[in-house]
Amino acid sequence: MTDPLLRVENVSKHFGGLRAVDKASFTAATGCITALIGPNGAGKTTLFATITGFLRPTEGRIVYNGADIVGLPPYRLARLGIARTFQIVQPFANLTVRENITVGSHLTRTSRADALEAAGVVADAIGLRAQLDKPAAALTVAGCKRLELARALAIEPRLLLLDEVLAGLNPSEVRDLVPLIRSIAARGVTIVMIEHIMQAVMSLAERVFVLSEGRIIANGSPQAIAADQRVIEAYLGKGAAARMMAGAAHG
Amino acid sequence: MLSPVILIPAILNGLMTGAVYALIALGLTLIYGVLHIINFAHGALLTAAMFAAFFAHRLLGLDPYVAAVLLTPLFYGLGYGLQRFVIGPAAHGEDRSILLVTLGLAVVIENALLYAFRADTRTINLPYAFNTVEIGNAFIAVPRVIAFAVVIVVALALWLIMRWTDSGKAIRAVAKEKLGAELSGINVAHIYAMTFGLGTACLAIAACLLLPTYYVNPSAGNAFVLIAFTIVVLGGMGSVVGALVGGLFVGVVESLCGLFLGETLGQIGIFLMFILVLLFRPTGLFGARA
Amino acid sequence: MKGLVPIAAAVALLAAVPLVTQSNVVLNFLVMTFLIALAGQGWNLLGGYGGQYSFGHAAFFGTGAYVTAIAQMHYGINAWVGFFIGVAAGALVGAVIGLLSFRSGLRGSYFALVTLAFAEVLRIIASVAPITGAGVGTLIKLDLRPEAFQFQSRVPFYWIALGLVAVSLIIVRIIEDSRFGAHLVAVRENEDAASALGVNPTMVKLAAMTVSAAITAAAGCFYAQYFLFIDASIAYGPWVSIEALLAPIVGGVGTVFGPLLGALVVRTLGEVTKLMTGDAPGLDLVIYGSVLVVVVAFAPRGIAGVITMLRQGFAARPIPERGHD
Repeated sequence: MTDPLLRVENVSKHFGGLRAVDKASFTAATGCITALIGPNGAGKTTLFATITGFLRPTEGRIVYNGADIVGLPPYRLARLGIARTFQIVQPFANLTVRENITVGSHLTRTSRADALEAAGVVADAIGLRAQLDKPAAALTVAGCKRLELARALAIEPRLLLLDEVLAGLNPSEVRDLVPLIRSIAARGVTIVMIEHIMQAVMSLAERVFVLSEGRIIANGSPQAIAADQRVIEAYLGKGAAARMMAGAAHG
Repeated sequence: MLSPVILIPAILNGLMTGAVYALIALGLTLIYGVLHIINFAHGALLTAAMFAAFFAHRLLGLDPYVAAVLLTPLFYGLGYGLQRFVIGPAAHGEDRSILLVTLGLAVVIENALLYAFRADTRTINLPYAFNTVEIGNAFIAVPRVIAFAVVIVVALALWLIMRWTDSGKAIRAVAKEKLGAELSGINVAHIYAMTFGLGTACLAIAACLLLPTYYVNPSAGNAFVLIAFTIVVLGGMGSVVGALVGGLFVGVVESLCGLFLGETLGQIGIFLMFILVLLFRPTGLFGARA
Repeated sequence: MKGLVPIAAAVALLAAVPLVTQSNVVLNFLVMTFLIALAGQGWNLLGGYGGQYSFGHAAFFGTGAYVTAIAQMHYGINAWVGFFIGVAAGALVGAVIGLLSFRSGLRGSYFALVTLAFAEVLRIIASVAPITGAGVGTLIKLDLRPEAFQFQSRVPFYWIALGLVAVSLIIVRIIEDSRFGAHLVAVRENEDAASALGVNPTMVKLAAMTVSAAITAAAGCFYAQYFLFIDASIAYGPWVSIEALLAPIVGGVGTVFGPLLGALVVRTLGEVTKLMTGDAPGLDLVIYGSVLVVVVAFAPRGIAGVITMLRQGFAARPIPERGHD
């Protein structure tokens, strides 16, 4: 069995007395889609921030492709093949969609012409062809999410970290984006996604890790997680699982 | 050189001058704490206030301390108007635009004063400017003592305003959480303007306190404001306590340095201290995040 | 590269001016305009394209001016060589200030503040240091030979100034179309997003600052050769910092021709003011400060922005700008 592309080992992030992430460990198998779920405030985005170099973990190791990447700045990680999208979209507002994506494709290409062409190809794959010459600030939320995705893909990553890329989309927009994510994984990109939209998690993820109050409390297949008592309680509160069972027994 | 007879008066003088520095710094830090902007026009506004106080004395025969009563509301209004009708609208909320607009204002005000009044240095003569008060074994000039006392009163008044009045609470709310304050019905543009007005009012008071012992010319304000900027980055942007403590501290240091070093060296020294603090601790000793 | 055609056209047009008129007034006016355009283009690279607003570009202008003057007067170095040494010195100062500032993570207002402070420190030092002639200033000895970078007539100066402007236009155009340029505007728009895409913000800003400083320093070096006299408030004074940022803002930040267009407008305003009200100190800067506020309020994209909007027709909505945190 091949080594997982990403191995997060006992990573913690403390802010003074607050333990945003507490000895969290998970792995992302190469070429698979791994989901990271959990109630709000569980520490998911903080964990992503430590993996992508925006925050330095208080303790722990993050092993990517066999090497510990803790302490490397975001731009180094990008050059190593780790891409991310942001929970709150961060477009280059005054640039066009094409120019936005080109910043990413310039990572592996020096010539402007090459980078522009590659950007066009990525835009095609993501469905942004029609918007290429619009300013990024004029995009809808769905468009912005696609732009985040396109930019991240443009750097030709091996590992793609999606932070709630489906948030803020209506059901039909979600339905459009899910197969797109699947096709990215099909091309060999390892994906780790933070998601709240359970139908997407169920249909996309092969393995799910659950984070609650900074700690990983469960992991397994999506079906197993959905039935896991601890997970239900993390979302709905203590005793919720038992109440649900009792409710099911009565009605 | 180090005997108490020389040191103590130097320290006391430093505290007195430091109080006025603190007041200038207070205005700056208040504006930063609430509007989150660095007011590049602070120096020019102080110069304008000093000219106003000067002419109040020259043309209306008003003693500076009396003039303060007139000038403080006037400059509050000026500050309010500038923020509400010039800075706010012109900048459209963009950080970079705010920078440019306050810079533009600074250039306009300072050079308007230069154009109107030439570069001559002026001073006023007050009969009691050189009277001294005996504190312990030291003789401190009366204007300095008055200045210290007034600054304490102003600081207290501001504290009371912030703590107990509705406006003060609204200001604190906007400083902490603008969006929430807005959603609660607070008129943020009005609060911003009020705060800017308060900061400018501090300058008017400081100008009146400075006039008895200092000169006035179109670049006078900048010298003091540089010190104020240094105090604010030292004490922390947005920290009132930092401005006060920092002001007194810098006043004492300046006084002691004046004993041992020269004038120009002192100026460069302050700039260098300012740059060093910016580079290595922009959040200051008491301040919030940069 | 197609972008060079407009530059060539503009330069050719301007180069023809001395063939049409020998008026010293016109040539003088245009030389000053070119100087401001040059200094402004330097600012534009760092501020317009890079988004880092410096309020102290005089630091580089003055360094160029003083270094070239001192090299000639104190060390007998040839004026042309001195020019390049001045540019290099300016670039070095830019690199140092940039390294210190960007390493410390200074952005926005704090960066503006620190550049302002650096320029002021240099001004004070220059006003007291013996090697700069302290308060009296520095004179470059009159030596009207081309080898000494001095000319009897204004015309060679004009063409050299124009040549420098042309070089700066080409440099910016090349950067605009390059990978570095893409990185630079990305950093301007959003540093975090840029770094997530493999851009090293600190290095990019540092590189931009160094080139920016070099270009502005060249303006300073030329000033020294043209006027043969500088002192601390001429070389490092706020007027330079203000005009260097005003020209690109009026003309259009982040565009190739912005600083040149803006310099024309700013200089024209300055001359008109002088004509109407005499040479009173301060009035020109009052006008400049007001123009700054007005342009920021009503035409933040400058003249270039207005032209673009007109081209897109009145029906086009203005591009909404996102606020920064």
